[in-house]
Amino acid sequence: MASRNRTTLRKTFIACAVLSGALLLVVILMSLVGSERLPAGASLCALLSFGRSQCTLTSDQFDILFQIRLPRILLAAAVGGSLATAGASYQALLRNPLAEPYLLGISNGAAVGTMIALVFFGASEWSRPLLAFVGALLATLAVYRLARGRAGATPERLVLAGVIVTTFLSSVIVFVTTLMDATRIRSFTFWLLGDLSGTSKNLLPVAIAIAVVGTVVLTANARSLNLLMLGERDAFDLGVEVGRVRIVVFVVASLLVGSSVAASGSVGYVGLVVPHLARLSLGSDNRLSIPAAALGGALFVIVADTAARTLIAPRELPVGAITALIGAPLFIYLLKRT
Amino acid sequence: MLEARDLTIKYGQRVAVANVSLTLAAGQISAIIGPNGAGKSTFLQALNGQLGPTSGVVLLDGQPLEKLNRRTIGRRIAVVAQEAELRFPITVLEFVLGGRFAWAASASWGWETERDIDVANAVLHETELFELSGRLMNELSGGERQRAVLARALATEAVVLLLDEPTANLDISHQSTLLALVRGRCDNHGASALVVTHDINLAAQFADNVLLMKDGHTISSGRPEEVLTPGLLRDVFEVTVLVDAHPITGVPRVTPVHEAHRQV
Repeated sequence: MASRNRTTLRKTFIACAVLSGALLLVVILMSLVGSERLPAGASLCALLSFGRSQCTLTSDQFDILFQIRLPRILLAAAVGGSLATAGASYQALLRNPLAEPYLLGISNGAAVGTMIALVFFGASEWSRPLLAFVGALLATLAVYRLARGRAGATPERLVLAGVIVTTFLSSVIVFVTTLMDATRIRSFTFWLLGDLSGTSKNLLPVAIAIAVVGTVVLTANARSLNLLMLGERDAFDLGVEVGRVRIVVFVVASLLVGSSVAASGSVGYVGLVVPHLARLSLGSDNRLSIPAAALGGALFVIVADTAARTLIAPRELPVGAITALIGAPLFIYLLKRT
Repeated sequence: MLEARDLTIKYGQRVAVANVSLTLAAGQISAIIGPNGAGKSTFLQALNGQLGPTSGVVLLDGQPLEKLNRRTIGRRIAVVAQEAELRFPITVLEFVLGGRFAWAASASWGWETERDIDVANAVLHETELFELSGRLMNELSGGERQRAVLARALATEAVVLLLDEPTANLDISHQSTLLALVRGRCDNHGASALVVTHDINLAAQFADNVLLMKDGHTISSGRPEEVLTPGLLRDVFEVTVLVDAHPITGVPRVTPVHEAHRQV
């Protein structure tokens, strides 16, 4: 029985190593796929040289690979990892397998923040993730307060609170949209549905850094989250500083959602689909399922975004439409089981 | 070990607990009895800091509870409450290992040590759940689940056990088994236990001391035979009772006397 820890630890390392390998492979493969086909050998050669050598790619092909596709794929990875990690943490903290940034209205809170930044502080790129974070945090607190009844937050109450916050913030979004000029409205509508095409060079490293640090911080709280999954009272009795962990999850998950939404709009259902698959295949232990969900989320959004930009090439679909097509049926299935 | 001095707990204007004092001594089981709404569970929740008192103080090993961090308290005080609904699949062993959280080297991250596993296995044997350790909690019967909750509390190796209606879901055989396990902890490990229960006879059988509460106030406290008297029980529960000595153990045995029976 003492080997149980070694087994769990080994399982964590193996799962993370396999997912990391798959992520690397998918990053390379998906950067070759697109409306402009790139020669596989030369692209691989250029990628493996980390862009130091152009190999036999033309300048245009080299630019497509390193200036357009790779940044977009890396952003997709950061967005997917962030949303899946945030989803897994909300689910544990709120004891609800249906908790998800998009469905709880937290993504909408971040979207309102981003739009306010665009309308009122358009010149400052940094105001977007900052206000998105503030919006996500306020939406999180609103949902949490609305969902908590005398008997705690039941799944139904949480989903209803999410609906209320989502619809309220949607009307705020409509209001802010009317303040924009007509030419920008279409691109904003597309962005709202989840769009990775407008990758900002300045914000990409920030999104990646937040995804990595956020995942590490939440994984570091995974053992407390394991007990919180059993209920706040149980966790408190067993020695968890419930208030501290709640603040860490709210702030860090809001940061993850805020940075994702500021970069790519509201990509829905990632935080529902990926943590669910992680728990289904690896069990409910958050020390394993949170890092696995982060890597799985990155994989999921990269593949979904590749589908979004290639299915009807040269036109594009919003990536949020693809993730919702997969996520909505799973949500119905989970709702029936809850 | 654990001492409550003049605890008063208010919800808004309503006084739930009024000036209640209690000392839990090593090796002893205390029981709190009283009608619904007497403030029993509220008082129990204040004893491990789940609820903050409006006035009064709880001392753990002589130190005020609010000065101690949660993990220090978690290593000294364990709670057996009515188990919350489980919404994620978790095995019995994983559930019981939750009791080792307070012993971890770091507040959040970390894996269970071999000693943690040994302790968990020992209590699983003690509660006769070892064979079920790989099963999911949701697959257990109500009684087995309640034993798992006790096993997790025992796995904390805490010296104070607070039990809130621990026998509510159990048949009489498992009621006795559970309280015998608590008795064993007190006798063999110097632990002390406080049991909130509606079962007066179980309290009489297992408790060294009984605290009788009504409307948040202490009505009486002392040895079972001092507290479980027909007069006091009639005042508190507003029902006539017959109290006699149990023919085997000699402890007080309480039988409600209904109007219909009195006329016969």
